[in-house]
Amino acid sequence: MTSTTPKPDEQAPRTGSERRTELLQQVRTIASVPLASVLLALIVAALIILASSVVTTGSVNFGLPLVAYGALLQGALGSPQNTILQASPLVLGGLAVGIGFKAGLFNIGGYGQFVLGATAAAGVGSALSTAPGPIAIVAALLAGMVAGAAWGFIPGALKAWTGAHEVVTTIMLNSIAGAVIAYVILGPLLAPGYSFGRTGDLGNATLPILIGPNIHLGVVLAVLAVPAVWWLLYRSTLGFEIRSVGANPSAGRYAGMRPGFLIPFTMAFSGLLFGIAGSTEILGVSYFMIPSYGTSIGFDAIAVALLGRSHPFGIAVAALLFGALRAGAGLMQIQAQIPVEIVDVIQAVILLFLAADVVVRRLFRIRAAGAIVDVKTVTRSYGGRTP
Amino acid sequence: MAETAPILEMRGISKRYPGVVANDGIDLDLRPGEIHALLGENGAGKSTLMNILYGLAVPDEGEILIDGQRVDIVSPHDAIQRGIGMVHQHFMLVPVLTVADNILLGAETMANRVFLDHVEARSRIRALGQQFGFDIDPDARIENLSVGSQQRVEILKALYRNARILVLDEPTAVLTPQETDEIFVVLRRLAAEGHSIIFISHKLYEVLAIADRITVIRRGKVVGERVPSETDEDDLAELMVGRNVQLTVDRGESHPGSVVLQVAGIQANDDRSREVVQGVDLEVRGGEILGIAGVAGNGQDELVESLTGLRRPTAGSVTLNGADVTGWKPRRLYEAGLAHVPGDRHRWALIMRFPLRDNLVLTSYYRPPFARGLIRLDDAIEAWAVELIKRFDIRTPSADVPADTLSGGNQQKAVVAREFSADPKLLVLDQPTRGLDVGSIEFIHRRAIEMRDAGAAILLVSAELDEILELSDRIAVMYRGKIVQTLDGRTANKEEVGLLMATGGREPDEAESPAGAST
Amino acid sequence: MDQIADLLTSIPVLGVVFQLIGYLVDTVPVIAPIFVGLAAPIALGALCGIMNERSGIVNIGIEGMMLSAAFTGFLAAGLVAQAFGGGTPGPVLGVTVPILIGVAVAVVTGMLVSLLHAWLSISIRADQIISGTIINILAFGLTGYLNRLIITPNPRLGAGILQPWHPPQALVDLPVVGWLFTAFFAHGPIAISVLFAVIFLQVMLFRSRWGLRTRAVGEHPRAAETVGIDVIALRYRNVILGGIFAGLAGAYLTLEQSGSFQNGMTSGRGFIALAAVIFGRWTPLGAFGAALLFTASEALRVAIGLRPPTNELGDVLRAIPNEFYGALPYIVTIVVLVAAVGRSVAPAAVGQPYYREART
Repeated sequence: MTSTTPKPDEQAPRTGSERRTELLQQVRTIASVPLASVLLALIVAALIILASSVVTTGSVNFGLPLVAYGALLQGALGSPQNTILQASPLVLGGLAVGIGFKAGLFNIGGYGQFVLGATAAAGVGSALSTAPGPIAIVAALLAGMVAGAAWGFIPGALKAWTGAHEVVTTIMLNSIAGAVIAYVILGPLLAPGYSFGRTGDLGNATLPILIGPNIHLGVVLAVLAVPAVWWLLYRSTLGFEIRSVGANPSAGRYAGMRPGFLIPFTMAFSGLLFGIAGSTEILGVSYFMIPSYGTSIGFDAIAVALLGRSHPFGIAVAALLFGALRAGAGLMQIQAQIPVEIVDVIQAVILLFLAADVVVRRLFRIRAAGAIVDVKTVTRSYGGRTP
Repeated sequence: MAETAPILEMRGISKRYPGVVANDGIDLDLRPGEIHALLGENGAGKSTLMNILYGLAVPDEGEILIDGQRVDIVSPHDAIQRGIGMVHQHFMLVPVLTVADNILLGAETMANRVFLDHVEARSRIRALGQQFGFDIDPDARIENLSVGSQQRVEILKALYRNARILVLDEPTAVLTPQETDEIFVVLRRLAAEGHSIIFISHKLYEVLAIADRITVIRRGKVVGERVPSETDEDDLAELMVGRNVQLTVDRGESHPGSVVLQVAGIQANDDRSREVVQGVDLEVRGGEILGIAGVAGNGQDELVESLTGLRRPTAGSVTLNGADVTGWKPRRLYEAGLAHVPGDRHRWALIMRFPLRDNLVLTSYYRPPFARGLIRLDDAIEAWAVELIKRFDIRTPSADVPADTLSGGNQQKAVVAREFSADPKLLVLDQPTRGLDVGSIEFIHRRAIEMRDAGAAILLVSAELDEILELSDRIAVMYRGKIVQTLDGRTANKEEVGLLMATGGREPDEAESPAGAST
Repeated sequence: MDQIADLLTSIPVLGVVFQLIGYLVDTVPVIAPIFVGLAAPIALGALCGIMNERSGIVNIGIEGMMLSAAFTGFLAAGLVAQAFGGGTPGPVLGVTVPILIGVAVAVVTGMLVSLLHAWLSISIRADQIISGTIINILAFGLTGYLNRLIITPNPRLGAGILQPWHPPQALVDLPVVGWLFTAFFAHGPIAISVLFAVIFLQVMLFRSRWGLRTRAVGEHPRAAETVGIDVIALRYRNVILGGIFAGLAGAYLTLEQSGSFQNGMTSGRGFIALAAVIFGRWTPLGAFGAALLFTASEALRVAIGLRPPTNELGDVLRAIPNEFYGALPYIVTIVVLVAAVGRSVAPAAVGQPYYREART
């Protein structure tokens, strides 16, 4: 402040290149801990693979991690459409969990919202199997969205209106969802003429394949969901309210926002995204629903959201990474005899390093904001007290 | 008694926190059987000194001697070992446990290596209670006890550990006058039995009523020592708040207009459902500043929250510009012309992780020109942020940086910028300059007077007496949930207001005063 | 659904209630051994949860702790049996050296995974629910991987299982209470130990010095610190000791109940245990009761299949979909949670990382 002449342009719009370097700087700050965690997890997994070689071959095979990762890479990049197909539900689920984190909510109910959405879509789709395609598809998707949203709305409403913590209620609702779909699929939705319980054929409600052998319309929805959620969170007033209430509930109240609406809304929206994920998996990939449908989407989505730091674009990248791992794991198992489950291990170890970000930052000498700072507070009201 | 060797000496204790010197070379000694009062304003450094004594904080300099021996106290455990007991201002009792469990905790009476001996413990507690005239059921749950009884449990807790030195931090802050009388009887009895007591307070008449000796501290330093028989409230008040009158901003003449805020008989409870605002009447006119003076914790927070939509008053009415706005939510109040600078900016006023830009529109983000329907208009927000940064001289690299990277003064300037620029009819300023540097304080004060001269009605709540005196056209003193007196801001002097804040304006011989009731 | 409505309006509800009570009195002694056995791992998991939450740490990683212990216990027992023999059940409750080693390894695993949770949530101060979630994901991933790598190629790996005790006939034949002996003691050693563990922990929690300090730290850690209790150390100790129960629960699954390991074989029991903790209001006896109640609804379904009730009761019970019984515990838990939250029965400090008073 030694300058005596006023500087009217001090806060003026910056030049394009300034903005770009600033953006790069920002990305580096945000992405450094996740990237370091991924790197560390790959090293840890390499050590596990090395140890595994002792079990499988009886001696240490130092080349095995390279062979395995080579095969993984080849499998993932050799068939990018498989990577994309695997990533598609992860994107939707990651967005669902991520938007919850932004509102200070932890949606562990992805499984329930996903399978209910899937069942609703399968039911409506098979009922409309002979209706004109666009109508059948839209109706089936809508049914899946509504079912998922409703299943998400319940814990949101319970949290906002009674204070029951969403972590416990969503876990319970997962189990209830399992019972509900078993009842529905073995009851009203049961297709006759099969040796096992399943829903009927989809007919015209099947999602059209757009590219290659298997990229269906649902993938487009997942791709579109990324900018849509980004827009909602960062370009709309509603998203601003969601983020505000999540970051500082008291300040949200001071600013005139309504947690009693925002919390159920966010949970319902989160459930809706899981509902789309479930519907598109049925309508575009497996074509019918069974009562014992197994999926780890609920937890995978948490991993994606944490790695993507709850940001829609980060989530897209994280989902692609995990999708690639899953797409390449098959080839790795064939070429290196490393079970595909190593992918789950890598995923978990990444999360471990993200949680222990203090350690990661010390290792890499990173000076960045906390990795999962957004979610430091989801346990806030577990004991029943509203924050 | 003056000849007895001190049981406790604290010598040259200094403790610095970032930006504050809490204790600056404090000396304190305590004689056996003595009630020694530590008198000072909030923030004077009393609690820090006692936390050091109890091992909850480590001094930067200085030493502690007990019975003439130098001791190291680095944890509460050490303090307890040396016979020091502390009754914290916020009781350290577990609400869901019984009296006996709370007293036992950490100093358990054992039946064997594993199990507690509840029978023995109960009888010891009962015996102790009888010795000091407490009527306490060891099996009652803490949460079902009155505040006064809880305090006795705290005292019993210390006695159960054979404490010889008892520290009571603002023990009367939460008590009714009757309970205060009772606790004074207890303290005298304890002293008579040979316990030494440090009694922390900012209430002059209490200190005069109970203490054998009074040490006054101000801004981390000892400024005087007195014996009750040789002093009076005026003398102590002067020592406590200081005589140095600071230079004031020339606030000029006020030109009060029509009534903007009318508060009638408002009552409100705190978070523990105790009625802490007990029927407040206020009137603020356009173009004037009404300052509410008072020691923190006399119901000001709850009063402000009741007026700004953050807390529902239990009775009374609030009228803003002629409209009854009692019980309105914040947003409706803002639209009716309220602006509010909250006392705790971290809790209420800012989202520290969000960019400055977003914080500057936190209360207006949803309406034009910052939004059209659901769509945020970022260019308008950015332009407004840049303008406010310039107008209010917020020192920041850009509007993009998170609020928590700014200095405290600039954070508060951001809140002030947002609220002052909303063109309010009523401006509620709660502790607007707490913890700020001199430059920011002056800036905010000048802006507040500009707002007044532009016709806004301003309600200023502050525990800083200097601030109240500097800005207020009228001064209302709040004491125990009520406005005890309203003074003219031009003629009020510091001693007068300070005395009202500390005593509520009662004469020492009034019936409610513990001094008159003691036997 | 219409059927149910019709039935409820057409017959006196009270009559059905009496019939239900009669039916339960009749069948519970028969099905009790089943559901007490089913409740064992849930109750053990709940004890782990109580150890954590009573000292102020949320643990939603019970599931993962149980799963890891189930795996390592099975693997250790199997490898020892493979190396040194020991396929035949031991004479006393089927106890053999490999199985004993397996149980020990399972318990140690439970403690190690708990140590990870303690480190993340107490020292690193990561969000405790995130920490628990990561433990679940990690346990699922690692056991799945190692299962495929080591156990799948060795289908004959295994050390057998612990055998149930047969209570003396004289006890079983006692009138009125005889069936209780069958229900609670006609099990393998781990399931039998549950009852004792529950009583032990109940007594310790409410009668011992450790219990008092634990409850204080979970409710008001600052108060505990001001009377000289080391909050951090106590939390570490309790979380790690709680791992013993999760470890036993895992050992029960692979070394007492099934004798084999499948991926994700805990199938949500850890989460039900969490619900039992809440339902049982953070007391061991309450949680045990809750675990029994949860599995009883499952057992009721079995009973209806085995011994179809007659009269109107039969019509009502048959009209209720089978799946309803499976979902009942979870519905009840949600209802209880909603009803209980206002009174805030959880330990007050649960989930909040503890910072010592600034000492610098």
